Amino acid sequence: MTQNNNQQAQRQAAMAVLAHAEAGEIAARLRALALPAHQDLRAPENGLVMLRGRVGGDGAPFNLGEATVSRAAVRLASGEVGFGYTLGRDGEKARLIALCDALVQSRDFGGAVERDVIGPLREQLMIRRKHAAAETAATKVDFYTMVRGEG
Amino acid sequence: MYVAVKGGERAIENAHRLLANVRRGDQSVPEISLDQISEQLGLAVDRVMSEGSLYDRELAALAIKQARGDLIEAIFLVRAFRATLPRFGASEPVETGAMRVRRRVSSTFKDIPGGQILGPTFDYTHRLLDPSLAQGFVPETPATAEASTVPTPRVTDILGRDGLIESSPQAEEGASVGDLTREPLNFPADRDLRLQNLARGDEGFLLAMGYSTQRGYGRNHPFAGEIRFGEVEVEFSAEDVGFAVPLGSIELTECQMVNQFKGSATEAPCFTRGYGLAFGQSERKTMSMALVDRALRARELGEEALAPAQDEEFVMSHSDNVQATGFVEHLKLPHYVDFQSELGLLRKLRKEFTEANAPGVMKEAAE
Repeated sequence: MTQNNNQQAQRQAAMAVLAHAEAGEIAARLRALALPAHQDLRAPENGLVMLRGRVGGDGAPFNLGEATVSRAAVRLASGEVGFGYTLGRDGEKARLIALCDALVQSRDFGGAVERDVIGPLREQLMIRRKHAAAETAATKVDFYTMVRGEG
Repeated sequence: MYVAVKGGERAIENAHRLLANVRRGDQSVPEISLDQISEQLGLAVDRVMSEGSLYDRELAALAIKQARGDLIEAIFLVRAFRATLPRFGASEPVETGAMRVRRRVSSTFKDIPGGQILGPTFDYTHRLLDPSLAQGFVPETPATAEASTVPTPRVTDILGRDGLIESSPQAEEGASVGDLTREPLNFPADRDLRLQNLARGDEGFLLAMGYSTQRGYGRNHPFAGEIRFGEVEVEFSAEDVGFAVPLGSIELTECQMVNQFKGSATEAPCFTRGYGLAFGQSERKTMSMALVDRALRARELGEEALAPAQDEEFVMSHSDNVQATGFVEHLKLPHYVDFQSELGLLRKLRKEFTEANAPGVMKEAAE
């Protein structure tokens, strides 16, 4: 059970990174791996997910509006089934995420896909977020500095 | 009749060809790209996503281009598009308290944990036209500073700890979330349906309604407790996967209005609340939404509901600009048969009038 939970957390963490990457970036990283045989279990499909908010931010849920979502499923020859879901309408990206999700679950490829694909993409994402946070931080009002400067 | 229909078809086809040409404008001027619209007219894209009720920047940009910048037409196009796709389900409710905040201000407390963060804002600009933007403008690199690791809790959560503000209503066990895109609207409508309606409602309409409450038509003494804009993660519990799948992040604006008190013999007085939430950076929209949300709670809070903004049937039936424009603009479509019957009736009435008022020689107006 714990092992299952661990793997689920690992898959979620990988998806959280991959959903923020471009299809081209994922594909380029995957080229570093000698990929095992795999096939589409479900061809990429576009649809909608209703996005929900909460009354007051923390109350009962309500429907805010929909978002486009693309999804796909891929099966490795060794049997692992991966799922790919992402905001937007890029079916190829959904397929690549599904492939990565299958690889994450594979004993033979789990380490490699983390090292060569997800790890580097996570690092890029963190750099982008850190940069945005630093720009934002510069616009924080510092009431005290103003008073000291005048004194 | 047959001849008229054929003539109409050719005229319509040629009118659409002309529209395509006029939309493109002077062809010696470079064509605008979807990326340009998305990057440089970002707030128009945000509005089309919010009121089109579909989060997809690229589609909203395409709609704006196709609509020649007519945002209500663009919203119409986006609404029509969403009807072409299947719905996979509903997301987990987004957690706005965990937002990666890009902007966050409170007009009620100077010193909030995490601070007042201005972000990219028109506030405090002088609203003078800037000729340097006309061509070849290269902005300065944004300043940076050490980002704080202090969390930025919602201001209403801070007030809530002391019981100074009412808490958000929680869902009843097993209650379903109302969806006005699936079920016809009935009144009285619950808060979930009201918020969905306001979230996709016309910004101009909500602005006017919110403004009317400030001017005394349903006064409720608002303060902008907090406005925050930034990125939140979206998760979707996909049945086939068996757990909540991260889908990526969306930009949202949230407004918490803090309003004057309610209390009773058994409950200590506390501040009341109005809530606004919309896609993208949509401050005017979410502020207006929060004002109207609060006004629509008049009945629930035992207030006299006399003003238009407090009348949920009036507000919810007129907030949707796609419905509104459909009904107003349909007046320009051919009503020849309708009008012919009105004309016939009018002639009859006029004839009767003439006959009744001319007791002497009967003289009918030439027809």
